[in-house]
Amino acid sequence: MSSKDWPLWEVFIRSKQGLSHKHVGSLRAADAQMAIDNARDVYTRRSEGISIWVIESKLVTASDPDESAEFFEPAESKIYRHPTFYNVPDGISHM
Amino acid sequence: MSTKNIEELEREFQAKIDADIKIEPNDWMPEAYRKTLMRQISQHAHSEIVGMLPEGNWITRAPSLKRKAVLLAKVQDEAGHGLYLYSAAETLGLDREKSIDDLHSGKAKYSSIFNYPTLSWADMGTIGWLVDGAAIMNQVPLCRCSYGPYARAMVRVCKEESFHQRQGFEIVSLLANGTPEQKQMVQDSLNRFWWPALMMFGPNDDNSPNSAQSIKWKIKRSSNDELRQQFIDVTVAQAEMVGLTIPDKDLKWNAETGHYDFGVINWEEFNQVIQGNGPCNKERIDARKNAKENGAWVREAANAFAEKRKKKELTH
Amino acid sequence: MTTQEAFYNYLVRLGDDSLILGQRLSEWCGHGPILEEDIALTNIALDLIGQTNNIYELAVSIENKGSNVDQLAFLRLEKEYTNVLLVEQPNVDFGYTIIRQFFFDVYRKLVFEALCNSSDERLAGIAEKSLKETKYHLKHSSEWVIRLGDGTEESHRRVQEAVNTLWKFTKELFFQDEVDQKVIELGLGIDTSLFIESWNQNVTNVFTQATLTIPSNSWQHEGGRKGTHTEHFGYLLSEMQYMQRAYPNMEW
Repeated sequence: MSSKDWPLWEVFIRSKQGLSHKHVGSLRAADAQMAIDNARDVYTRRSEGISIWVIESKLVTASDPDESAEFFEPAESKIYRHPTFYNVPDGISHM
Repeated sequence: MSTKNIEELEREFQAKIDADIKIEPNDWMPEAYRKTLMRQISQHAHSEIVGMLPEGNWITRAPSLKRKAVLLAKVQDEAGHGLYLYSAAETLGLDREKSIDDLHSGKAKYSSIFNYPTLSWADMGTIGWLVDGAAIMNQVPLCRCSYGPYARAMVRVCKEESFHQRQGFEIVSLLANGTPEQKQMVQDSLNRFWWPALMMFGPNDDNSPNSAQSIKWKIKRSSNDELRQQFIDVTVAQAEMVGLTIPDKDLKWNAETGHYDFGVINWEEFNQVIQGNGPCNKERIDARKNAKENGAWVREAANAFAEKRKKKELTH
Repeated sequence: MTTQEAFYNYLVRLGDDSLILGQRLSEWCGHGPILEEDIALTNIALDLIGQTNNIYELAVSIENKGSNVDQLAFLRLEKEYTNVLLVEQPNVDFGYTIIRQFFFDVYRKLVFEALCNSSDERLAGIAEKSLKETKYHLKHSSEWVIRLGDGTEESHRRVQEAVNTLWKFTKELFFQDEVDQKVIELGLGIDTSLFIESWNQNVTNVFTQATLTIPSNSWQHEGGRKGTHTEHFGYLLSEMQYMQRAYPNMEW
């Protein structure tokens, strides 16, 4: 994985006043401002009056109250088993 | 550590699937399920992105402002679909850029149909009608597939896709009822795209070894041949409605089966196209490679700027 | 020149700008530096084509000769198109595209802000709707100008070069003649000479953050508003007009 790739961001949209933000997917952006702009283009198709939240995927902490979590992951983990969420020191190859 | 062994986990996993309980990203899943899904979803994503090119090249030549706007919106939707799908694949651990590199190197596949050229404006209608039509037939069942993120992406995609097919058929219908030049244009378009559209459904079931497991895991909901037959039955009726002729001399309604009998697909052509020898494979991949290479300096600049900003924030 | 003629010409200029720029941006489809940006550029192109359609609708109704928007968009001769030269410049690379877009967006936002108060209700309505879109276009292009100007050495070099090349097309944005005089008198159109300073300030502000400089040579090119284009224009028209020329008088 190239270090030059833009990080992954999770996108949450509130489509109407009175509703809460809903997770709609993810996208790549170099910074938060770009993530918001891109989220608007991709997930709202120019709709008015909506609220967008973005957060870098690696910053989200997940808990899974599922029995498998005890066996394979620590109680709180990353949201995806994505290789880029884990920092591997330089010089380590094949990972 | 675990008091459950692999067999128990697999049994519980299959039980979930059988009960139509969705599998979510952090749930335990067999490695083969994860791998198959990653390949299937990323292939789907690549198809959307490559699919932007045969239609994209007619935007600057659209014959009216309205058509230009609608085509822009459609191709934009396709880019968005690609994004939803990459996003779903990322939840399985796929790295988008690495997957794109695999596409560029030929390691990863995409739908065969996009390796055919768009030679006339009528192709914009035919693609919406046949290609999006075929895609919908495949995608609607996937809205109920077992993997949560993929199913949700499919729901989003299907909402937008029906508009694509309708506007495609609108163009076909208008041309088929238009001037002699327009009628000829759209019949010629149908002649070129019919068989490649049928090939979109993949090889015959007896040549599809992985299908059975995918159906068991509910990441494939119907067989290739079933979907293909469904597509033919529906589409022939639409062609007849607008006075177009399907280019298949063996096409015949079979009253006994209640389906259309149809001719033999040229599987040699299909295989050649999948292997990279179709009319436009090279052009499509070159275009995508160039976009990535030419954009490298832009992506690097955005990264560098983001780094600078972060440093600034830390020192304030 | 009658009021009707002046207003018609004024509207056609406004629509030609967005038509040609929309056409240029459409060329990016499938070739953007990253998928998300492909969507962003196509989005802007779509907005511009939409604006063109609305403006041309108003123009043909003012002209009152029974023309339609497609005749206006596709069947004029090269000397009859009155867009500014800036918008017909080729895409070259993402840097040029963003600089061209930025110069245009700063201008277009000022124009639409003022046109919200046009004495023609319909134009005011178009301006209000288009202003929302233009604000977003300007946000997008400003952010990119800064990212690229203050990104890497390479990106800085590329966009500075784009600035140096495209600067000579910026004064034409404020070109005015008897067409403008007439519409300004009646409050239909606006006096862009009032915005030159604002335009310069906005550009300077963003350029400072982007570490970009305005070229010292301020020699300017114009002619678009009078139908004298750059060499790129003929090719653009050939592509855009092909279907209407090859298959005349048909419905699409």
